[in-house]
Amino acid sequence: MNEKFETHEHDVLIIGAGGAGLRAAIEALSQGASVGVVCKSLLGKAHTVMAEGGIAAAMANVDAADDWRTHFRDTMRGGKFLNNWRMAQIHAQESPERVRELEQWGALFDRTSSGDILQRAFGGHTFKRLCHVGDRTGLEMIRTLQDRGVHLGIDVYMECAMTRLLKDGERISGAFGYWRETGRFVVFKAKAIVMATGGIGKAWRITSNSWEYTGDGMALAYDAGAELMDMEFVQFHPTGMVWPPGVQGILVTEAVRGEGGVLRNNDGERFMERYDPEKMELSTRDVVARAIYTEVREGRGTEHGGAYLDISHKPADYVKRKLPSMYHQFRELADVDITQGPMEVGPTCHYMMGGIRVDAESARSTVPGLFAAGEAAAGLHGANRLGGNSLSDLLVFGRRAGLAAAEDAKRRGPVTIDAQQIDEATRELLEPFERAEGESPYQIHRDLEDVMQNNVGIFRNAEDLQKGLMELQKLKERAARVKVEGSRLFNPGWHLARDLKSMLTVSEAVALSARERKESRGAHSRIDHPDYDETWSKQNNIVVRDGDDMKLKQMPIAEMPSELREIDTK
Amino acid sequence: MPTNATFKIFRGDRDGGELVEYQVPIAPGMVVLDALHYVQAHAASDLAVRWNCKAGKCGSCSAEVNGRPRLTCKTRLDALPLNEPVVVQPMKSFPVIRDLVTDVSWNYRVNKKIPPFSPRKDVEWKMDQRDVDRVQEFRKCIECFLCQNVCHVLRDHNKQEQFGGPRFFVRVAGLEMHPLDAVSRTQLLKDELGVGFCNITKCCSEVCPEEIHITDNAIIPLKERVIDDYYDPVNWFLRKLGGKKAG
Repeated sequence: MNEKFETHEHDVLIIGAGGAGLRAAIEALSQGASVGVVCKSLLGKAHTVMAEGGIAAAMANVDAADDWRTHFRDTMRGGKFLNNWRMAQIHAQESPERVRELEQWGALFDRTSSGDILQRAFGGHTFKRLCHVGDRTGLEMIRTLQDRGVHLGIDVYMECAMTRLLKDGERISGAFGYWRETGRFVVFKAKAIVMATGGIGKAWRITSNSWEYTGDGMALAYDAGAELMDMEFVQFHPTGMVWPPGVQGILVTEAVRGEGGVLRNNDGERFMERYDPEKMELSTRDVVARAIYTEVREGRGTEHGGAYLDISHKPADYVKRKLPSMYHQFRELADVDITQGPMEVGPTCHYMMGGIRVDAESARSTVPGLFAAGEAAAGLHGANRLGGNSLSDLLVFGRRAGLAAAEDAKRRGPVTIDAQQIDEATRELLEPFERAEGESPYQIHRDLEDVMQNNVGIFRNAEDLQKGLMELQKLKERAARVKVEGSRLFNPGWHLARDLKSMLTVSEAVALSARERKESRGAHSRIDHPDYDETWSKQNNIVVRDGDDMKLKQMPIAEMPSELREIDTK
Repeated sequence: MPTNATFKIFRGDRDGGELVEYQVPIAPGMVVLDALHYVQAHAASDLAVRWNCKAGKCGSCSAEVNGRPRLTCKTRLDALPLNEPVVVQPMKSFPVIRDLVTDVSWNYRVNKKIPPFSPRKDVEWKMDQRDVDRVQEFRKCIECFLCQNVCHVLRDHNKQEQFGGPRFFVRVAGLEMHPLDAVSRTQLLKDELGVGFCNITKCCSEVCPEEIHITDNAIIPLKERVIDDYYDPVNWFLRKLGGKKAG
């Protein structure tokens, strides 16, 4: 193989260092595998760090009646029964043990009066179920995992971006990418790879996601032949900040509502009474997001186009203790004291329910040697994710992916790297420097955000989706002619030029799946098909590469076994 | 408020650089990181900046704004004098990689030296919220490394080899004061992290965006533990006998 590249070799390579990636790494390591973790940012800065509200696990510390069956049922109902039921079952059964494990590794959760882990209410959960640390649960989780992993001996390659999966025949053999710091190329040889790269929020204008969430893992897996599933289901979190402009989209945790916050429109009406009188503010995210959006569209929005979210009826010191980062965020960025008055909030693109199609037990994708967990994988959340189910997802399926990848690696002999694949990947990365003329990647990215926001947003229809797909084709052509200035040394423009390609691939998968699903379900709302459709309740959309074309097919959902069906219909 | 602001941003790498001037239109509520993004999108697509959450939760976007160490995502333009240029430079205590991005890898190496949480044997996993509160203050740290940047032991005296810095005293405090932890880290504090070098000027506490009382609640109690373990005759004797945690 080509000698001029720095090469590292591991049994298991994990791409992404959020909760899923780190949990996978810890598990693979404990199986005796040599493990490398690659991440685009510094260790500890992945999106998990921004998770606020808590980890859903039926521990029954607060509500004694809770059990995995109720958690399973809530998850299936929240996902409008499109979930992979086996994943929902495993998730509900294993979450409590994963939380206890975190505690044994040093995480410090808020406590009940009897000294157990405290749990709070959240949208769509029947019982108080979210184990939390104020409103910075994700920080606690990622620090615990990162310290555990580092001390066990995982090798972490920080600020390193992967741009291509390498294959040895049908099988994964490694990954190629670049160091952000130096711009030099690097090859990882690996017998198994776990994709834990998170979502695709940066393809939308208003998002809670950071620069990293460009769909890399999904796009790389797709390029390597993996199937993507449920891509039409993009979660718009109901409550992002709407003002001032620079903070638009930044997350306002659902814990505000979990702790008793109420939503009102500009007329002072508690409008959730009209959308979900039973669950009110703690309805599922798809319902609350559409409610706020509708209030604004029909002229009952706030000054800056949102709804009011008010927690100021609670004692000020309680609010500061349970929601400290919200208190600071609004005081410092929006000049609002949330203990005294309401916040202005509106929907923000937050989470991708769809992703790489995996086997429920092993997190194995359809490509041999490739695994996926967390937001990058599909199945658990169906058409809509419940708050709190993401952090538990990362732990449960991160662990399973790490375990299966390590076992897989053990069974495999040595893999070889194909120099031609590296040459192609190298050429792709260098081309933008060589063009004499071309557009800035920032302009193309901005236009992509507008296309997705305007055509593939909360409410959709065939016409918009068709227009979106046509616009995406034009953007693909422009992105192929993108020009990059400067050197290869820590050059964000260059990095964006490559990320754009992944964003465009995944965006197309979203728009294509959304156009096909002619019904409304969960996070996917078609104005032209406002109801559930019986046929679509029994199948998932699957996206797969066919040469240079994207192909869409449908796959029937497996029949639920009777013992689970009984829980479901109870 | 004016409609434009002038920024002078450090452009360069390990071999040196200079302040380069950029004009940025002002929007309500704008922060310095917004201005840096504007410059990237319109004037210098290769301007190197680290950022992630843009909400003060991840600690990626640390820099020095008009000479003061700040998270750029939380530094409002309307709190700065805009009749003069806003000067943005990388953190001084870390080697520059490019523009505002510095090499903070030393911090990750220090962290590896710290023995992890180790629970007592046969422990019952119950804790009182009051005990947890005390430790949760330390666990709020977002690793922005601003405290490391301003600490004069690191910034002026370059004691990186002998001194761990405020960030890691906070981390050790979080472990030492964990209600169920069983390991003593006082020898590490004394010998490898050099807690004795700190002379309590509290510069670290002043810049902490999480408002952690680094000096009062972490460093001073840790200094006391080291003194108890190493300079108190009774404990010195006990340590010789058993070598376990004294207090």
